[in-house]
Amino acid sequence: MAMPEPVLHARGISKFFPGAIALDDVELALYPGEVHALLGENGAGKSTLIKCVTGAYSRDGGTIALSGAEIDPRDPLDSQSLGIGTVYQEVNLLENLTVAENLFLGRQPMRWGMVDHRRMKREARDILRDYGLDIDPGRLLSSYSIAIQQIVAIARAVELSGKVLILDEPTASLDHDEVQLLFSVIERLKGRGLAIVFITHFLDQVFAISDRATILRNGRVVGTRRLADVSQTEIVTLMLGRQLEAATHHRAHSEPGELLLSLKGFGKRGSIEPFDMEIREGEVVGLAGLLGSGRSETANVVFGVVAADQGTAELRGRGLRITNPREAIRNRFALCPEDRKTDGIVGDLSVRENIILSLQARQGWHRPIPRAKAEEIAQHYVKALDIRLASLDMPIRLLSGGNQQKALLARWLATEPELLILDEPTRGIDVGAHAEIIALIEDLREKGMALIVASSEMEELVAYSSRIVVLRDRRQVGELTGHEISTKSIVEAIAAEDAA
Amino acid sequence: MNILKSLLASAAILVPAVAMAEGETIGFSQIGSESGWRAAETTVTKQQAEERGYDLKFADAQQKQENQIKAIRSFVAQGVDAILLAPVVATGWEEVLEEAKDADIPVILLDRNIDAPEDLYMTAVTSDQVHEGMVAGNWLVEAVGDAECPVVELQGTTGSSPAISRKKGFEEAIAAADNISITRSQTGDFTRAQGKVVMESFLKSEGGENICALYAHNDDMAVGAIQAIKEAGLKPGEDIKIVSIDSVPDIHLAMKAGEANATVELTPNMAGPAFDVLEAYWKDGTMPPKWIQTESKLYTSDDDNAAIYESKKDLGY
Amino acid sequence: MMKSTLKRVMPQIIILALVLAANFLVFRGFFHVEFQHGRLFGNLIDVLNRGAPTALLATGMTLVIATRGIDLSVGAVMAIAGAVAASAVVGGAHWTLAVLLALAAGAACGLWNGVLVAIFRIQPIVATLVLMVAGRGIGQLLTEGAILTFNDPGLIRLGAGTIAAVPTPIWIWIAVACVVGLVIRRSALGLLIEAVGINQTSSRLAGINARVLLIAVYLVSGLCAALAGVIVAADIKGADANNAGLWMELDAILAVVIGGNSLLGGRFSITASLLGALIIQGVNSLILLSGMPVEFNLVIKALIIIAILVIQSPRVRHSLYLLRASTGPVLRERPKPAPRTPQEEGQS
Repeated sequence: MAMPEPVLHARGISKFFPGAIALDDVELALYPGEVHALLGENGAGKSTLIKCVTGAYSRDGGTIALSGAEIDPRDPLDSQSLGIGTVYQEVNLLENLTVAENLFLGRQPMRWGMVDHRRMKREARDILRDYGLDIDPGRLLSSYSIAIQQIVAIARAVELSGKVLILDEPTASLDHDEVQLLFSVIERLKGRGLAIVFITHFLDQVFAISDRATILRNGRVVGTRRLADVSQTEIVTLMLGRQLEAATHHRAHSEPGELLLSLKGFGKRGSIEPFDMEIREGEVVGLAGLLGSGRSETANVVFGVVAADQGTAELRGRGLRITNPREAIRNRFALCPEDRKTDGIVGDLSVRENIILSLQARQGWHRPIPRAKAEEIAQHYVKALDIRLASLDMPIRLLSGGNQQKALLARWLATEPELLILDEPTRGIDVGAHAEIIALIEDLREKGMALIVASSEMEELVAYSSRIVVLRDRRQVGELTGHEISTKSIVEAIAAEDAA
Repeated sequence: MNILKSLLASAAILVPAVAMAEGETIGFSQIGSESGWRAAETTVTKQQAEERGYDLKFADAQQKQENQIKAIRSFVAQGVDAILLAPVVATGWEEVLEEAKDADIPVILLDRNIDAPEDLYMTAVTSDQVHEGMVAGNWLVEAVGDAECPVVELQGTTGSSPAISRKKGFEEAIAAADNISITRSQTGDFTRAQGKVVMESFLKSEGGENICALYAHNDDMAVGAIQAIKEAGLKPGEDIKIVSIDSVPDIHLAMKAGEANATVELTPNMAGPAFDVLEAYWKDGTMPPKWIQTESKLYTSDDDNAAIYESKKDLGY
Repeated sequence: MMKSTLKRVMPQIIILALVLAANFLVFRGFFHVEFQHGRLFGNLIDVLNRGAPTALLATGMTLVIATRGIDLSVGAVMAIAGAVAASAVVGGAHWTLAVLLALAAGAACGLWNGVLVAIFRIQPIVATLVLMVAGRGIGQLLTEGAILTFNDPGLIRLGAGTIAAVPTPIWIWIAVACVVGLVIRRSALGLLIEAVGINQTSSRLAGINARVLLIAVYLVSGLCAALAGVIVAADIKGADANNAGLWMELDAILAVVIGGNSLLGGRFSITASLLGALIIQGVNSLILLSGMPVEFNLVIKALIIIAILVIQSPRVRHSLYLLRASTGPVLRERPKPAPRTPQEEGQS
């Protein structure tokens, strides 16, 4: 399999950010006709490495050779023309153009000085057939699913570049069948002799499609393995630098405490159907359901992100109206939103400022938290939650996903909430941080906090929930307690015929 | 029958004759109200129309040619007897003036000229800006005699036609006098504030004692400069002679106080000569020349500036 | 804290020094300041004095821009405030009342902008454009299109007078900047404004009252503009609604940009914006003192400003950073990948 001459050989790649080394002497060798997985926890340096190779970042050291010749791409466009194509999780094509136009943008076939649409469509159809797609290239890109858009993006990248294809989390928003479709395309390209870099969090997929894997940790290469020779455990151990715990299962809980929040007929037209819900101290209420079933909507209406337009709420027996997050926070609620980047972090502010932000907002602008106090609070949570960072002064956007999530948890824990709502707390973060956050949820519950956790990971919900509310089509369709709680019963509740 | 015929005929002659004697309707498309002088021109035009018993239809174009074109079209549609136009720009008037011509409505341009065939308008009433500069220059030449006189100049907005013409006229007037030279020249954007700022810098870079006179392209800048001179501890009008153009009320106050020396009037009364021309035309069909130059009158501290101020202060300057 | 501020504004200080040095080159008496007729007299004083309106506007504009907004109406608000103050004193009001009325007008304008942006969620550039266009008209209505001249010595002193031999406008802008700066940085307002500017959704979910903050920054901007308008009117003893503050909004925005503040909101430094205002005034002074033909004014100004902005561009700055990193002691002491103890780090 391994040939003497790698098609792409990056050596000694280094990249410094102010106060941190993102990549330290990293080597990556790709051979034609191989799928090479790039693995590591969030923050290990995968994205940074790709950005250095494609010229999105200017690297601070190292050489890149393509087919033996040294190259120095100025930007992703430059690297594309040299032969390195990249496709990201978020498809970076123009949705309002047709499939054919997207494929040929910037190199349209011309005739009499005009774009030859007929030829363009014909050629587009031929190209896409090679990728196992039989679709009408004359239709708008936006009329096709994300998976097809992704394949169009791959086709464009391959047609333009043709030597190396980098796939950055291509499967993150695809379902099972779509993943299979994508994999078949990857197999074809592999057969054509392309070198393919595959970045993902899904270890099963790595083993299903990849030949070799390079594992990064803390900006260094900790190993390159032929996947046929290793086990999943070995890879995970390399990624984490330690042994992973056994799979989680439902554990017995201590008795819940006093009734904290009681919602009756609570809902918001067009967002979530009215529902009843009770939450006690020392209890985790899990929200289960498929994507779009109303999990996030439930979390948002409780926190006042959208104000409820019907129903009543009682906090410790007295009436309560929550029309915006500020009132929720005043009543010691907290919400970690689903989309960390757009709704959670304030990217350019420092980690310290992000951690104290809600506390400060609740205290009011006229009572600033003194610098020393802020330092102390931040420091406390950095230690308690094991947030890995170079400095509290660094902008939070430079942290990896898992560490950002922990910092957001710290922001809310600093407000000492009585009710903590977590919306997809473990999405898009690596295995290590994942386990830590689950442990944290259990720890908070044991300490008497009330939690609502919305998650698409059923095993996870089963592990830590005291009760699970199941949602479908924006309404509650069931509630599971005690020994009823299992992934099987959740699936059954979701799939049950509508009783109403 | 005959009597009836002649009666009808005389009535047909009489009706327009009566309309001509009083109450002509005149449309006036004004640029806007971007300066005090413009406001005064509007006021004087309204006064003149009232005195002569005309019905003046006034349209403020707010600095937009399309508004002026709309206004002229509406004047034509209303069948006015004449149109006064203070054009905001020089080009693009052919089509609409053609329409007015087809309707036999005479058009008189006020204050600015345009690039269009001369047969499209009756005449243009404007001042001669080069001449204004020359009047100012000639006054200075006379006022300083043989003494050495370095002059600083506050120009109008760079590239504007009054700035170019007033500079040219002044320079021509002082060309023969070897003792007078312009040592510094900067734009004060025709505003009081910039006039003051630029004069401050002149006073420092040249030294107040080295400036004999200030020539400002308009009175507003001169008024600003007077304040700068006072703040520098010098006496405007004595230590530094001040001559400017426009004759706005505030400069007459300054002249009364001895802080300014001379100003050349840009008369806001452009409508007066225009109406004279129209009356002559209506009376016996006399066609005026294509350009009527308004008088560029010089006022100095010898005039009764208090009275001039009183007469001008309510014109809207 | 002090050290990091100094580090933040160092580029602006260097540029200002260069601009002043260029002034000295074209006019050797530039740094000469003397005491004359009861006031300090010299070009350096002029730069500080003439920079007052831009500095005041830039103070408010910095806050607005920090929230990812922009206030195009400040020039028009200057015209309104000047007209209000002038009409009041001409109408017989005491000058303090006139100033208060002008400030009230500025506050009303700011409130209007703030409500459009925060409540009606109109894009700031559009929301403030309304007042930019209409505001000058309002000023012209008040002055009837002419320069409204006044002779109230109290009001005139605000623009043309001195306190302790220093022109009053200098005192005013320094005082306003100090008050605003202190309130912003001694309270948590600075942090909250930055948070709203960087990510409004996150800020709202974190419990920040973004609406009130937005309205407040436009209010401050309106007040600063009103004060600038009063100064400009007082300086020429007249309210010139046609020209007062004309295009000043662009100078104010430029001052904020030269101050290294991002138009995309977030991190801000008022001190840097004020230095930006002085840099612009320094360039204006340079043009006046150079004695070049007027046709070169705008070209020279444009070239200098392009040079300043290019020097501050991320690309040039990164090169400088690398240059320092490869020659200075930074390289020898490379930062550890993930140390657990936070180090003292300046904001980048």
